[in-house]
Amino acid sequence: MLYDVYKEFPLIYRNRGSLVYLDNAASTQKPSIVIEALADFYFESYANVHRGIYKLAEKATALYEEAREKIAWFIGGRKEEVVFVRGTTEGINLLAYTLSSRLSAGDEIVISVMEHHSNFVPWQIVTSMRSLNLKVVDITEEGDLDWKDFENKITEKTKVVAITHLSNVLGTLNDIRKVVEIAHSVGAVVIVDGAQAVARLKVDVEELGCDFYTFSGHKMYGPMGIGVLWGRYELLEELPPWQGGGEMIEKVTVYNTSFRKPPHRFEAGTPNVAGAVALSKAVDFISSVGIDNIEAQEDELVSYILERFGELRWVSVVGSPKVRKGVVSFTVDGVHPHDVATILGNDGIAIRAGHHCAQPLMDRLSLSATSRISLGCYNTKDEIDMFFKSLENVRKVFA
Amino acid sequence: MIDSLYRDLIIDHYKFPRNFRRIESATVVKEGDNPLCGDKITLYLKVENGKVVDVSFEGSGCAISQASTSLLTETVKGKQVEEIKCIVGEFLAMLTEGKQPSVDLGKLLALEGVKNYPMRVKCATLGWHTLEQALKEIG
Repeated sequence: MLYDVYKEFPLIYRNRGSLVYLDNAASTQKPSIVIEALADFYFESYANVHRGIYKLAEKATALYEEAREKIAWFIGGRKEEVVFVRGTTEGINLLAYTLSSRLSAGDEIVISVMEHHSNFVPWQIVTSMRSLNLKVVDITEEGDLDWKDFENKITEKTKVVAITHLSNVLGTLNDIRKVVEIAHSVGAVVIVDGAQAVARLKVDVEELGCDFYTFSGHKMYGPMGIGVLWGRYELLEELPPWQGGGEMIEKVTVYNTSFRKPPHRFEAGTPNVAGAVALSKAVDFISSVGIDNIEAQEDELVSYILERFGELRWVSVVGSPKVRKGVVSFTVDGVHPHDVATILGNDGIAIRAGHHCAQPLMDRLSLSATSRISLGCYNTKDEIDMFFKSLENVRKVFA
Repeated sequence: MIDSLYRDLIIDHYKFPRNFRRIESATVVKEGDNPLCGDKITLYLKVENGKVVDVSFEGSGCAISQASTSLLTETVKGKQVEEIKCIVGEFLAMLTEGKQPSVDLGKLLALEGVKNYPMRVKCATLGWHTLEQALKEIG
């Protein structure tokens, strides 16, 4: 177990005993190294990037580009393939708009029913704008991707497959290599929503074989407002710009502009440099703890949570995927998830209740909402025991 | 502290909602929902000569939303529309502005604790906002 990691997180450490933070799928807490990197950037290195010729601007630019390099290394990609965005949502929107601009009426986009709204809504918008077809792959009763349905939905017209790496509701880890194999057989590109996976297991984009991988900083111990879109360079090169403005141009005349090469082509305007620099520190933090150690600890706690839930006849766990990582949704008989979360919250246990921005999945499961535990590297077995103790209070209140 | 929210009366009305049925001959039927939480209710009002002679609801959702609507039906049954409008105003002001009610809200005071849980206020007010809309339709 990673006994002392919680000490790196001021908010967790200072509230130890009175706060059990189990809402890490929504956002993780921040280690000191990340918080300090934000402040340090503004104290020591602040200037705009890529323009100034003075020392300070050179320093800021160097830090920004080093952050890009660090993140590329972290996911097994190349520096020039890393585009800084606001978060996963922006990464997917960027792809939805730019990729769809090259598609023709009748072309198909395939997603799955377990997607977060951020991997549903952008596709709904662009498919209706451009007369494309959106196809949604079903899940099995256990909560795994329905591979038979997936193969049926993939046709010669399929141009894009966009799938989550790890479900934020079911905890299902999807077999991306298998998705890639099927999608590539018809020449479709594969986009992976890595928001939940990137802080929970080793991600290597080359090993996965996908074409695009996108994730948010704030769910991997980094700051809010910064995220990453990784794409294969030759694919990024073919994509048109998304937003226009400074930073992304080569030469501008009154009526015409030539655009820079990726990644800068997709970074119009002043970027979130402090966020990028602090995100690279989050990568340092994860690397120092060891992503494999984080995964092993979360796996151990997930097994323990499932074992404890198994003893409670008044609780149902949602889904039983083949491989589950870090996330467990559940319902309590006769008690609405919001009431569960309020009573737990009163005991200092922070869990999420609701539809988790996955309403299509809720409909598929015939549930209006669930309660959800999602782990971070600082959670301990003691905290899980505190959760279960508080869950008994839910029973008492509604007895 | 949690007991101030989940009072016995609230749990009782959640488990055994009063007037939980449909009124076929209702004067007005109004639906209300909190899409973000999935709380849903349908309110039935039968009004004769400015008086609510029967009221009922159907719905699903959290304990607060369902108990609050159940208590609503008990409160407004047999009252004049004008009097009900006054109660609605006082009740909503108690929860959303923290105002002391100037009329006796009786059993509804059991819901006062909700004001300490800002995220849950909309659960307690769902039925009442729906009632407000329904009364507007009656005119």
